[in-house]
Amino acid sequence: MRFSIEYIGLIPALPLLAAGLGALTPRRGRTFAAGIAIAALGGSLLLSIRALQYALTMPPADHFFLNFAWFDLGDGAVRLGWLLDPLTAFMCVMVSFVGLLIFIFSLGYMREDENFTRFFCFLSLFAAAMLGVLVSNSLLLLFICWELVGLASYLLIGFWFHKPEAAAAAKKAFIVTRIGDLGFLLGMLWLYHSTDTLLFYDNGHGCLEAGVLAALNAHFVTGGLALSTAIGLLIFCGATGKSGQFPLHVWLPDAMEGPTPVSALIHAATMVAAGVFLIARVFPLMQADQLLAAVPLHALTVVAFIGAITALMGACIAVAQTDIKRVLAFSTISQLGYMMLALGVGSWTAAIFHLLTHAFFKALLFLCAGSVIHAAHHEQDMRRLGGLSPRMRVTFATFAIGMLALSGFPFIFSGFWSKEAILMAAGEWNVSQLPFFMGLAAVVLTAFYMTRLLAETFLGQPRTAVAAHAHESPAVMTVPLVILAVFAVVLGFIGTPAWPWLQAQLTGQPVVSGHLIESRPKVLLSILLVGIGLGVGWTLYGRRPRPATTTLDPLCAKAPGLFAFLEGQMKFNELYAATFGKLTALAARLADDLDQAAIGRAVSLLGRSGEVAGQINRRGDEQGLNAGFDSASETLRESGLAYSYAQTGQAHGYLRTIAVAFAVLVFLALAGS
Amino acid sequence: MNILQACLLLSTLLFGIGLAGALARGNAILVLLGIELMLNAANLNFIAFWRFGPTPTPATGVIFVIFSIAVAAAEAAVGLALVISIYRHQKNIRLEEADRLRG
Repeated sequence: MRFSIEYIGLIPALPLLAAGLGALTPRRGRTFAAGIAIAALGGSLLLSIRALQYALTMPPADHFFLNFAWFDLGDGAVRLGWLLDPLTAFMCVMVSFVGLLIFIFSLGYMREDENFTRFFCFLSLFAAAMLGVLVSNSLLLLFICWELVGLASYLLIGFWFHKPEAAAAAKKAFIVTRIGDLGFLLGMLWLYHSTDTLLFYDNGHGCLEAGVLAALNAHFVTGGLALSTAIGLLIFCGATGKSGQFPLHVWLPDAMEGPTPVSALIHAATMVAAGVFLIARVFPLMQADQLLAAVPLHALTVVAFIGAITALMGACIAVAQTDIKRVLAFSTISQLGYMMLALGVGSWTAAIFHLLTHAFFKALLFLCAGSVIHAAHHEQDMRRLGGLSPRMRVTFATFAIGMLALSGFPFIFSGFWSKEAILMAAGEWNVSQLPFFMGLAAVVLTAFYMTRLLAETFLGQPRTAVAAHAHESPAVMTVPLVILAVFAVVLGFIGTPAWPWLQAQLTGQPVVSGHLIESRPKVLLSILLVGIGLGVGWTLYGRRPRPATTTLDPLCAKAPGLFAFLEGQMKFNELYAATFGKLTALAARLADDLDQAAIGRAVSLLGRSGEVAGQINRRGDEQGLNAGFDSASETLRESGLAYSYAQTGQAHGYLRTIAVAFAVLVFLALAGS
Repeated sequence: MNILQACLLLSTLLFGIGLAGALARGNAILVLLGIELMLNAANLNFIAFWRFGPTPTPATGVIFVIFSIAVAAAEAAVGLALVISIYRHQKNIRLEEADRLRG
């Protein structure tokens, strides 16, 4: 099949179609709904692979796009478009492949749920929206799909909406990401206002192409910021919300209320990847102000610091969580921080490399957690588990691989190579070394908390009855785990410093190898730090596993205050409740008072006057109109009654009347003449 | 007394007999007969005026009378149908008893 750019649109269209059909499927059509969702995403995967093959043969640094007019507006038209370049292609393959495995896993995980059909409908919508984000060549189309991602995540996080926590988490995710999206929308409007286009690439007129970027650099807004910096930062707001960056990360841990496959999808393939992808996509715009030396702030500097803060903060909080999925959620926040850090220091290829490898091992970890939770009858507090390794061998082995990949265990696992790429880029950043050291600190913590999670969940003796009776999940759940585990290992080798094939393909440069040797001290340092993290974790949790559910955490025993602070997620929720929540409540109360005092009174006055007018009207009706009609009808009725006496029913009477009348007429006629 | 006057006298006589029959008899069929007599008196007048009138015209009187007879036949059919249904209803055809439409 000759590949053509029109097929790019099919990649998101197939799952969208499946979602539409799924929505029309009655609840008992379980096999059909799941089958069509999996088949559609499988089709997207094949198309994505075909697109990737095509993208790899394209000339370097080329973008293959197809623009079309959506509708006419005034003098011009609103134009949208599809885009194919290696970035899109790699992401599409990753999203559809990881998504497909998660879909298959869900067959087992959600088997007993009565809303199975609806679940697959939403999953398809989620995948379709994310693929739409990837293939769009227009910030507007990207934004539409972006909001669809938000909608689908809302529906899926709140899938078990009969639980109040799930409903609240869904609302929180929706509202917090919407705050970021407001910035995104403003940035988009501003960009359209300044450049008259939202297309990324359009033969030199697109907003990511040199001519337009130069024009953006030539304008300055308040505070000496370049226009491109301002727009870049506003768009970054959207990415902050979606990718769970500080300070808008609070929704991501709560999103764990959704079914575990949804968490896997959100954390690996779809939702949070969208933010990182957005910044990578608009990277030329984010980078544009680097040419200006005199500006007070570069957009990417902000990105780098936000990323570093998020990476460290997420890792710190993860240390003290006890819910398996929450530990993984904070590790996602931390890893996304790494990706943003990589983007901020200018190495977007490292960010995408880490995004790809992270997608596989984080999906793996979440699905393992799902397998554990499924086996342990929805027990997800690791203090109440333990001793699962002999009972769930496949899950344990694959979880260990995922855990080592996330920790960045040297040389074998993909996470090591992608994290090294980021740290190397951060170490070479010429603005500040601070993010680099924050990243290094997070490396230790990551290795530490992942060891803790593994040891608490799988090692030692079962601490509760559900853990003791757990048994391995069915093959439909373990096979995806094995496949993901394989990729969690081998995927690293497409981007090692010795052979940076992925980076070369993304940038369109020839392969340049041998980066590792020059920065050997830094690599050794980070390997050492991973070792320290794993070692400390093993010493505290692995060597002598927790004997009973109620035993105090070793960290808690040493520093109870700090532990409680971290366990409470650094009190961000409380802080927001005390500031923004209070402010909103205050504003609401003010608005309510205003409503009751001014508007309410005016409205009730209006209502009262209407009532008075009605009364007057009614009286006029009753006394004027009604009386007139009544008397007219009465007269009519009486006269009718009088005439009816003449109707005797006797035919002869009528005939005689006619005869007499005729005689009288004849007499009158004769007498008159 | 010329022929025209004789014809008119005859038709007046016929009309009087018909009118008297229609007004005086209680039997519905006899009332209908009276009405037929009156119609025929009128027909006789048409023919007489056409044949012996001061300004003779070609065939108008005859045509008028043919129409009149056709209408009378239709009327007789309707009238007899009414009589039959009255009979079915009240087992006789006395007109003074058929007064259910009185006011």
